[in-house]
Amino acid sequence: MAGTLIYAEVQKGEIKKGSFEVTSKAKELGGDVAVCLIGSGVEGLASQLAKYGADKVYVVDGPEYENYVTEAYVQAFKQVADTVSPTVILASATAQGKDFVPAVAARLGVGAISDCVDLKKEGDKVVAKRPVYAGKAYAMIEAVADPQVIAVRPNSFAVKEVAGAGAVEKAAVSLDASKIKAVVKSIEVAQTDEPDQTEAEIIVSGGRGMKGPENFKMLEDLAKLFGPTATTGASRAAVDAGWREHSYQVGQTGKTVSPNLYIACGISGAIQHLAGMGTSKVIVAINKDAEAPIFQKADYGVVDDLFNVVPALISEIQNVKG
Amino acid sequence: MNTVVCIKQVPDTETLIKVQGAGIVTEGIKWVMNPYDEFAVEEALQQKEKMKAGAVTIVSLGPDRAIEAIRTGLAMGADTAVHINDAAYYDKADPYATAAALAAAVKGLQYDAIFLGKQAIDDDAAQVPAILAEMLGIPAVTMVVKFEVAADKSTATVTREIEGGQAVVEVPLPAVFSAQKGLNEPRYASLPGIMKAKKKPVDVKTAADLGVSEGPKTVVKEMTLPPARQAGKVIAGDDAAAKAKELARILHEEVKIV
Repeated sequence: MAGTLIYAEVQKGEIKKGSFEVTSKAKELGGDVAVCLIGSGVEGLASQLAKYGADKVYVVDGPEYENYVTEAYVQAFKQVADTVSPTVILASATAQGKDFVPAVAARLGVGAISDCVDLKKEGDKVVAKRPVYAGKAYAMIEAVADPQVIAVRPNSFAVKEVAGAGAVEKAAVSLDASKIKAVVKSIEVAQTDEPDQTEAEIIVSGGRGMKGPENFKMLEDLAKLFGPTATTGASRAAVDAGWREHSYQVGQTGKTVSPNLYIACGISGAIQHLAGMGTSKVIVAINKDAEAPIFQKADYGVVDDLFNVVPALISEIQNVKG
Repeated sequence: MNTVVCIKQVPDTETLIKVQGAGIVTEGIKWVMNPYDEFAVEEALQQKEKMKAGAVTIVSLGPDRAIEAIRTGLAMGADTAVHINDAAYYDKADPYATAAALAAAVKGLQYDAIFLGKQAIDDDAAQVPAILAEMLGIPAVTMVVKFEVAADKSTATVTREIEGGQAVVEVPLPAVFSAQKGLNEPRYASLPGIMKAKKKPVDVKTAADLGVSEGPKTVVKEMTLPPARQAGKVIAGDDAAAKAKELARILHEEVKIV
């Protein structure tokens, strides 16, 4: 039976959690699960994928894959895909995945389905559910031909330990260097261990009510208490005021996120913001305006001054943690 | 420097979306140029101004109403436009079919660079830049926040947003670039600009005129609304400290996150 081929992404020497999520999901959907792992010095990571359902891992390993370059990765992946002939191709819709997936689909001459939050098997088809209009609606989409290329939003599926056969094979791949035109000159990554907002499990977000950039420190402190899967976010008002970088912005012209917990501090809840975080599993709102629209979406609301609530919450959580 | 900017007309971000079958209710929607496309138009104009030469051409696939977004681009300062006005094609177009129509229109134009927004805020697919580049056989650089062209126009050095930071990429021209917020500050159309835009040439084509018959590669079967979220529990307490204590208890015992 034909099966699924997964693109496994490596960042900072680790396979991304989102890649494990789609691997477990592929196993659940049925059929053989193959994974293509691309990078430099990544062969040792291949065995981890077996734990989450990979039957076979194709490793493309070499110094030419040290940095992500779309064309090189697409060429390598396509050669593995040609060998495997999968009916479905899955990847995690991380920042890199969003660049990679449409490029790979275009190279294979098929369509892609971006940023899905659920997958269902209907006969030979995978019907993908994805938010559109930044989450104001959902579309159920299917591809007309194989391979059905689908990118899955991080945190949409649990990582499940399901053993796969886990055979590891070095893929024989040759690159056409003349086609690799974009050259990465330098990479600057902030020295932070915070996950990207689209992948974070917990987001502590601030809006106009934060009053200034210096006050985001307490949101960072709160996020740190939740551990390495937590980060901070911001509303458009806070970003437009210059208090936070655009990369922190959650909403229709920022990032669309689905964390397990979203804590909105001093965010009134404009329609564009609510669309961008409405799929969060649990929403907590802290705002002194009881009429703020954010309370209509919040599972738990605290109507009070965030400058009193947040510091108290920090010390209470420290107490709970002991 | 000659540039092409591909734009899309989308519902304004304030729009409350109502679904109907496999689409949305379009009645009463205020249509605007996709916000990310404004950065693309602005960058093309700035490059033309810097080089003091070249033309900016807007290309858009959309029904009759899309002309308003095209005129906005012309009013900002673009020189000419191609309107692929084909409602039947547009209604079924997925990112692949959209890119096929744009590619066919772009093929007849002179360009050193093609700019697009990083995604359209209606279907949020963020695929067209990559597919368009593939169809034209040129490289794509997505999520661009800084753009510079060598004096001889042979290469561009761009900064793109990556996870947790930025990468500087050098790419030979022509190439496709998708614009992320932060690339520039889009200008507003001036009144004289709006007047002039009315007289600028817009070449109207159908998909058949362009020789495109590409069917969509993905099909929307149904649209639904997200389940309405019920307003939850308001945490009671005498003061902020008491409420914070109760919230910490909830996060620990009910949400089980602490």
